[in-house]
Amino acid sequence: MAFQMTDIIPALPEIFLAGLALVLVLVAAFGGEEAGNARRVTRLSLVGIAIAVFLLVQGDAMPSLAFGGMFAADSFAFYMKALVLVGTFAALLLSLRPEGNDDINKPEFALLVMLALVGMMLMISADDLLALYMGIELQSLPLYVVAAMRTNSLRSSEAGLKYFLLGALSSGMLLYGASLVYGICGTTDFAGIAASLSSGDLPVAFIVGMVFMVSGLAFKVSAAPFHMWTPDVYEGSPTPVTTLFAIAPKVAAMALLMRLTYGAFGQIADQWSQVLVALSIASMAVGALGAIMQTDIKRMMAYSSIAHMGYALAGLAAGTPAGAAGVMIYMTGYVFMGAGTFAIILLMRRDGQAATKIVDLKGLSRTHPLLAIGLLVMMFSMAGIPPLAGFFGKWYVFLAAVQAGLVPLAVIGVVMSVVGAFYYLRIIRLMYFEDTDAPLDAEIPAVNKLVLGVSMAVILLFFAGLGGVLTATDTAAIALMGGAR
Amino acid sequence: MIEALFFYLFAGIMLASGLMVVVSRNPVYSVLFLILAFFNAAGLFVLIGAEFLAMLLVVVYVGAVAVLFLFVVMMLDINFSEMRAGFQKYLPLGLIVGGILVFELVAAMYGDVFKGATLPEAMDISNTRALGNVIYTKYMYLFQVAGLILLVAMIGAISLTMRKREGVRRQSVAAQNLRSRAETVEVVSVPSGSSPENLSTAAVKSTKTTSRNGGNT
Repeated sequence: MAFQMTDIIPALPEIFLAGLALVLVLVAAFGGEEAGNARRVTRLSLVGIAIAVFLLVQGDAMPSLAFGGMFAADSFAFYMKALVLVGTFAALLLSLRPEGNDDINKPEFALLVMLALVGMMLMISADDLLALYMGIELQSLPLYVVAAMRTNSLRSSEAGLKYFLLGALSSGMLLYGASLVYGICGTTDFAGIAASLSSGDLPVAFIVGMVFMVSGLAFKVSAAPFHMWTPDVYEGSPTPVTTLFAIAPKVAAMALLMRLTYGAFGQIADQWSQVLVALSIASMAVGALGAIMQTDIKRMMAYSSIAHMGYALAGLAAGTPAGAAGVMIYMTGYVFMGAGTFAIILLMRRDGQAATKIVDLKGLSRTHPLLAIGLLVMMFSMAGIPPLAGFFGKWYVFLAAVQAGLVPLAVIGVVMSVVGAFYYLRIIRLMYFEDTDAPLDAEIPAVNKLVLGVSMAVILLFFAGLGGVLTATDTAAIALMGGAR
Repeated sequence: MIEALFFYLFAGIMLASGLMVVVSRNPVYSVLFLILAFFNAAGLFVLIGAEFLAMLLVVVYVGAVAVLFLFVVMMLDINFSEMRAGFQKYLPLGLIVGGILVFELVAAMYGDVFKGATLPEAMDISNTRALGNVIYTKYMYLFQVAGLILLVAMIGAISLTMRKREGVRRQSVAAQNLRSRAETVEVVSVPSGSSPENLSTAAVKSTKTTSRNGGNT
């Protein structure tokens, strides 16, 4: 089997980014003095991501399989890759700012983020158990390293080690499950697995393998009860790294989970649906209740992201195209809410030192009225208040769950959103109704303004573009459910 | 006949050295026995005609992993007697886990759980060649991604461990080669009967510092 352009063209953005990463290795190694070189590598990465977005948009819209069916490029992959590219772009952009004590001025940072980005895109396109695993590892390994990047900080090392150990454990579970699935089905190809499931009854070993695989991926999206690493890693990692964690990798992991459940295991939705319902309820509860007691905003965001994953999984558990579309809408809002919120969290400094306690936001409306409005929009959107993006995400997710007959799940979801609204509103109360004697630093770098402005615009005007989003997600959901095969 | 003889030879040594890995008191011996076990496992692979796996076992496990273990054991200050202290306490649990593993292996061997999997047909070519036929063609994509993952591992290890410290003396080969003999070595005449300590301290000091620091920056 020789390689043809039909293999290369669907994977062009990934190939370009991987090649660029190799060039950046040289720039990082021979670029001279450290801080300046780190900025140079980051800027080159940003240009590279912009070019990759261009290549993605220019690419052939026809669904196609490449590399012997291991790589799927369809409208679902297109949609999720666009989200991941935009999210990583925002995270890298936000890491370009004046130096502080929570910064990482190493050229390797952007370089590893680029390699992780390639891994995320490969995850989204994975159409084979082997490709799935390779994508996950290429995404996870650089993230373990960047979590521990501040080698002189004990917390950062702790975050990296915890993330690595639990990530390795989840990879082990995933591999064990994959080996059982392969043992039963006799193929690693998603389409082949789906074909072998359509005939005859399911052996118990297959169910065990499937549950292991779903659990392994639940680790990656940090769904409860596999969420233990999230608060520690979010809190301990340098803030620019937390920003990345909060935006991009979970989108890729969610996409992979969708491709696995809807694609490979699409015939047996009733089997995995109950697993996802359990994960979803647990995540919503842990996220909503766990965040209430937090004092550190990064930790609170970790619980908030666990809750968000719970809501998204509610749509996934529906097992219908509407559910898949709902998850995609939810993840769209999630990326922009994460980018906007962290654009502000990165600005929480006092005398150049990072101040990440929630009480540090006291009186923000007096000292930084614009930031306060930005955070207000983000928090309202996360709480799911109409007409912001977060509301539409929750609406379509719960709608799909109800249509699929999962009414109790939807009810629990709505109750938990109300509980979750408490801690989002607490931040707003602190900003608007309390005073402070220690204001945060006044300086707001342009990149933060840009990211915050774009995120706010997307979230506020989401309803205006809803028609377009719905069309795109419906097409993507149909492609995911077997349009490409 | 001769095959059976070699099988029992390799298997016997492997089991014995596996046991020694666990029981030997000195961790360095443990690692060396581990290497011996790997070699014998490689021999077993050769016997069943899997020469590529045998080669891989020697190159990867003996060449890299075991040597890495040895480095870790010898360079890190780990108190092994302390680690061994819980042996009696954990023995029952270990036996249970081991028993479950044995049960599972037997069940997998005699059960019909994996009937769905099809064994690939044995061909007339050696398995190194069979692997070579697919790994750069059918599995090219995965091969390339594996390469990127290894690159990440390298970058990660270097960026996490390499630090710029103050006062580190690095060798500058060019400076060392460029200097002349006169700048480096000083001939001091030592009166017979006197020990080096009795020499004028200044002379000794200058000799020492120039010879040690001469080419270092």
